[in-house]
Amino acid sequence: MITWRGFLKRFLSDPVAIGSAAVLLVLILMAVFAPLIAPQNPYDLLQLDIMNSDLPPAWRNGGDDQFWLGTDTQGRGVFSTILYGTGISLLIGIGAVLVQGILGITLGLWAGYKGGWVDSFLMRLADIQMSLSTLMIAIIALALFQAAFDANIYADYAIFMLILIIGMAEWPKFARTVRSSVLGEKNKEYVDAARVIGLPARKVMWGHILPNAMTPVLVISTIQVAEAIMTEAALSFLGLGMPTDKPSLGSLIRSGFEFIFSGSWWITLYPAIVLVTLVLALNLLGDWLRDVLNPKLRRGDD
Amino acid sequence: MHIVAFLIRRAIQAVIVMFVISLIGFSIQDNLGDPLQEMVGQSVSEAEREILREDLGLNDPFLTQYGRFLGNAVQGDLGTSYFFKRPALEVIMDKFPATFELVLGSVFIFLALSIPGGIYCAINRDKWLAKTIMTASIVGISVPVFLTAILLVWLFGVELQWLPAFGRGDTYELPWGWETGFLTLDGLSHLVLPCIALSSIMLPLFIRLIRAEMMEAMGTDYVRFARAKGLSTARVRYVHAFRNTLLPVVTVGGLMIGTLIAYTILTETVFQWPGMGFLFLEAINRVDTPLIIAYIIVVGLIFVVVNTIVDFVYTLINPMVKLPGAKS
Repeated sequence: MITWRGFLKRFLSDPVAIGSAAVLLVLILMAVFAPLIAPQNPYDLLQLDIMNSDLPPAWRNGGDDQFWLGTDTQGRGVFSTILYGTGISLLIGIGAVLVQGILGITLGLWAGYKGGWVDSFLMRLADIQMSLSTLMIAIIALALFQAAFDANIYADYAIFMLILIIGMAEWPKFARTVRSSVLGEKNKEYVDAARVIGLPARKVMWGHILPNAMTPVLVISTIQVAEAIMTEAALSFLGLGMPTDKPSLGSLIRSGFEFIFSGSWWITLYPAIVLVTLVLALNLLGDWLRDVLNPKLRRGDD
Repeated sequence: MHIVAFLIRRAIQAVIVMFVISLIGFSIQDNLGDPLQEMVGQSVSEAEREILREDLGLNDPFLTQYGRFLGNAVQGDLGTSYFFKRPALEVIMDKFPATFELVLGSVFIFLALSIPGGIYCAINRDKWLAKTIMTASIVGISVPVFLTAILLVWLFGVELQWLPAFGRGDTYELPWGWETGFLTLDGLSHLVLPCIALSSIMLPLFIRLIRAEMMEAMGTDYVRFARAKGLSTARVRYVHAFRNTLLPVVTVGGLMIGTLIAYTILTETVFQWPGMGFLFLEAINRVDTPLIIAYIIVVGLIFVVVNTIVDFVYTLINPMVKLPGAKS
C-alpha cells in the first residue's frame, strides 16, 4: 500500500500524470460549465439561425467571429455543441461505470465470499459475457430497443439505456477484480475475527473485506470510464446511441461524417480531437494509477 | 489425453450458447413487429386476420411456436426478409464473403505487424524506436476504430485520392459462388483501407501483449538454461521464448472475436462495405425482423465455432495440456 503523501509525491514527479490530469480537469470543467462558457445554447432552437449553417472556423475565409470553430449544417456552433457533447459523453461514461461498479462489486463479493456453485456459475457467465464483447451486446440490445419503440420515445430514454446497457455488459471486469481480491482477503485473521464475533455475512463482506479490496477497483475504474466513453461514441456513430438533437461526441462525429466529403471537415474533426484527447487522458491516467497502486495488474490479461 | 471428453464438453457448451441465442432470436420474432401486418397490409378484415393467425399458428402456445422456430432454424429456414423478399439466411450468406475477406485481410495485417513489433519492443526495450512504438500504441488504443476509418477515407480516399474508399470494387466469382476481392487488382485496392482500419484497434493491444509476454518469457529459467546450454540467441528468442508467448496471444485472440465482429459493423458503415454488418444496420433501420434474427444467429454460430476452434488450438499448443475435466 502507498500513503497519501507518497502518492502525491509520485504524482508530482511524473509529467505525464500531471499533464493528463490537467487535461482531464479542463475538459470536465468545460463540460460542467458549458451553459456559462458556450456562446450559444445548441438545444435552443430560437438561438439557431439556418443562415449561419456550414460556416468554416473563424480564421478561415467566410468564417464568423461568433463561431470560432465554425458551425454545422443546422447553424449550431461547433464549439458550443462540443462543450455540451463532452458533458453527455462524460455523464454516460461515469454513469455506466457506476452501474458496472455496483453490479460487479456486489456479484464479485458474493462469488468470492460464498464460493461453490454460486462462484462457478457467476464466473462462467462472466467468461461468456466477456467473450461476446460489450460492443456487440450493446449493438444488439440497442438495435432491438430502437426497433421496438418509436423514435421519440427512443430519443427520450437513449441516455438511460446507454448507461444501463454499457453498465450491465461490463460488470464482469469489476466482478473478477473484486472476486480475486476477496479470495486473497477472506482467510485473513481480521475476517475470521469479524465472523467469530457473530457479524452477519453481509456486514463481513461490505464492511470488512470490501474496504481492503477497493484499490484495484479504483485502478480499473479510470480505464473503464475511457472504454465506456469509446463504446458510447461507437454506438452513437452507428446511430444506435444519442440522437443528433442531444448529441454526444459520437453523434456529433456521425452528423459531421456525411459532410466531410463536401469539404466541411470541421464538423467532424473538432469533436473527434476532443474525444481522442478525453479518452487518451483517461487511459494515461489509468495506466499511471495502475503502475503506482498495483504493479501486479496488467492490461490485456484481465 | 481426454480429447474425446474435451470435445464433448465443448460441444455441449456450444449447444447451450446456441440455445440461448435461438431463444433471443425467437423472442425477437415474437415481440417485434407483426408478421401478419407485413404479409397482408391494411386491407384485410379482423375476422380474416384471425383465421390467418390461426392458420399461421400465431395463436399456438409459446413452446409449440418455439419448437417450430427451432425446427425451421435447424433446417436453415430463418424466415423471409421483409425488404428483400428472399430467405433471410440467403441474403446474409450472400454478404458473408465480403465480411470474411475484410476480417481475413485485417487479421493478416495485424499479425504481420504485431508479432515482429512486439518481439522487437521486448528485446530492444530501451531503443528509441521501441519507445516510440509503445507511445504510439497507447495513442492507438485511445482512437476509436471509426475515427481511424474516417481519417483514412478522408486522407487517402478524398484528399490524396490514392485508394478507393467505398465498396468492394471488382470481384471475381469463384466456382462455388463465392465473390472474392482477392483475385482482382481493383478488389485488392478496395480492401486496403478497410483492412487497415479494422486492424488498427487490435494492433496496439497485441503489440503490448506480445511485448509483455515476451519480456516475461525472456526472464524465465528455461530461457536462461537454453542460453547456458549454448544455443544461439536467435534460437532462444524465436523458438524457446516466442513459443510461450503464443498461449496468451491465442487466448486473448479468442476473447477478441466478439469485439472483432462488432468492429466489422463500424468499419463496414464507414466504407459502405457490402458485408453482413452493413446489412444488419440497414435491417435495423427497416425493422426487417427476420433479417435481424438471421444476423444474430449466423454471428452467434460463427462465434461459437471460432471459439471452439481457438480452445482446441490452445490445448494443442499448450505444453502443460490441462484439459478441463481433468482436474489438476
